[in-house]
Amino acid sequence: MNLHEYQAKELVKKYGVPIQEGIAADTVDAALEAAKKLQADTGTGCWVIKAQIHAGGRGKGGGVKVATSMDKVKEKSEAILGMNLITPQTGAQGKLVRKILVAQDVYDGDASLRKEFYVSILTDRSRKCDVIIYSTEGGMDIEEVAHSTPEKIHKEYIDPVAGLQPFQARKVAFNLGLSGDAFKHMVKFISSLYKSYQSIDASLIEVNPCLKTSSDKIIAVDAKINLDDNALYRHPEIAAMRDLHEEDPTEVEAGKHNLNFIKLDGNVGCMVNGAGLAMATMDMIKLAGGSPANFLDVGGTANATTVEAGFRIILSDPNVKAILINIFGGIVRCDRVAQGIVDAYKNIGEIKVPIIVRLQGTNADVAKKLIDESGLKVYSAILLKEAAELVNQVLKD
Amino acid sequence: MSVLVNKKSKVIVQGFTGTEGSFHATQMLEYGTNVVGGVTPGKGGTQHLDRPVFNTVADAVKHTQADVSIIFVPPAFAADAIMEAAEAGIQVIVCITEGIPVRDMITAYRFVKDRGCRLIGPNCPGVITPGEAKVGIMPGFVFKTGRIGIVSKSGTLTYEAADQVVKAGLGISTAIGIGGDPIIGTSTKEAVELLMNDKETDAIIMIGEIGGGMEAEAARWIKSTGNKKPVVGFIAGQTAPPGRRMGHAGAIIGGADDTAAAKKRIMAECGIHVVDSPAVIGETMSKVLSGVIA
Repeated sequence: MNLHEYQAKELVKKYGVPIQEGIAADTVDAALEAAKKLQADTGTGCWVIKAQIHAGGRGKGGGVKVATSMDKVKEKSEAILGMNLITPQTGAQGKLVRKILVAQDVYDGDASLRKEFYVSILTDRSRKCDVIIYSTEGGMDIEEVAHSTPEKIHKEYIDPVAGLQPFQARKVAFNLGLSGDAFKHMVKFISSLYKSYQSIDASLIEVNPCLKTSSDKIIAVDAKINLDDNALYRHPEIAAMRDLHEEDPTEVEAGKHNLNFIKLDGNVGCMVNGAGLAMATMDMIKLAGGSPANFLDVGGTANATTVEAGFRIILSDPNVKAILINIFGGIVRCDRVAQGIVDAYKNIGEIKVPIIVRLQGTNADVAKKLIDESGLKVYSAILLKEAAELVNQVLKD
Repeated sequence: MSVLVNKKSKVIVQGFTGTEGSFHATQMLEYGTNVVGGVTPGKGGTQHLDRPVFNTVADAVKHTQADVSIIFVPPAFAADAIMEAAEAGIQVIVCITEGIPVRDMITAYRFVKDRGCRLIGPNCPGVITPGEAKVGIMPGFVFKTGRIGIVSKSGTLTYEAADQVVKAGLGISTAIGIGGDPIIGTSTKEAVELLMNDKETDAIIMIGEIGGGMEAEAARWIKSTGNKKPVVGFIAGQTAPPGRRMGHAGAIIGGADDTAAAKKRIMAECGIHVVDSPAVIGETMSKVLSGVIA
């Protein structure tokens, strides 16, 4: 699960991470209220209006604006709220901005005394531990920094038993070239950020930029958090922060049926049991001349209800020209899935796109007979190779 | 010899009396696996499926000399179950459970490594040495005995590969489902290494997917040790979009190096016979073994 910037900042703040203060707003009036409150609380006379969507590169798309007066706060909020924000990460269709963060300006004072850093914490899969990644090159695309100047990316691995040690936090601050108060504040910043990472079961916390202000404070100006979905049961208050507007409505619908569904932009829908086989089936569709319209893993408990729900979700996509059902029956019996297909077909009524059904494994023969005798107009296959050929054939027809 | 499990393995089931544990323990017994008992805290001293139930893994080991455990414990308690098995001296721990928090697995992984035992999974279909022992949830009938080893992150794709191998007139020595989570006990390279050193395995099928660097690591190891046995490889997720989790918690493209294309390129450079289509895994293996593909 992903969070908005304002939610991420609220979370890390609880663990003592200093943040650029701000208040989320979903109307222009609320934005003005927020700006007034920030002025009263922090003394700021300048505000930053930031679109709250689950995508990076917001500034590039016009989703982040500075306002130097209340009139400007109104003007910028009006412009950003309700806009369709297109960034390098949203895709061409963009994302509707429903919420903005009105934040204090932290870029005051002598510009030569300020410095932007990059700090993130994530799980290192090969070393099986947490790693702090940091760089003096903050405020820009870190992938680009890693590519052009890899020597400027530093990593600090955290021993799972010992945890983050003070010498490690000091090492980070030294490597970032800090001294005096800024050094002390960075040491505290790193240990607080790691504490928050651990406590909320995050899979990624990224602070970019992490700002050294002109008065030597260290502040998270932006924050991105991805959470470990498997651990959400331990954090109901965080799970409640989920913003369904940021997710594809068909994916949300699929989730209600316990289907693991991801919407893609191809022309062949697919329904498969098992994530690996589902990805492999998508690849096969591509090799057969089509392009996958979705990823759908019906899991190990496929039955008539889940199959019907899967059908309806796939058919709601007008781009779908054919559907491939690929089930390798193990614990799941093929005849049960076949019955599900027959029932779903009858319940839904006429399905206009060709359907290719490939059932293999436990009771595959019974299943094939069931489908053949049902009178349904489906193309039936037993080998994966045959299914691929059928995909190719129906797309040509 | 096969690897990890064989007819001599004494297997216990953790989460024995639960729905999943009962169902699969029954299936394993029918297959002929030497299931010697199970563990369900609080039900020790009773019998289930004609086998003794113990309160702790330590009790089970003491009374049955079990050396293999298979875990069907819910995700919130599964890391604890793994560590209990390791502490009790179980040599091969197979964890089927899907959905264990990453933080719990970081702790469990270290705990298991410190005790020198082998963990397979979690979020995996288990291990099968056909004709000897099935310690997993795979459909046993698909796996016929033979001399091809399989290493795979995915369950149903393992069945698919095994089925194709059998239809190509070959069979399986041991199939190892290593699991699709970001943190797993046995890496692709470690599983491949077991099969490379196994006298009863002539060739290996290595099935990976997007995310992480395990396939590249395995490929480089295979090359550095002189490509001792032929390997056929497939990577699922060539059409997967970046940044999305494709079902498996670990199947997510994070950068340029963990895409299917990047992994396949590295594997091919290391002398692995990489197939583009999952439909030709079996026939490619057959061609490699008969010398049609050099």
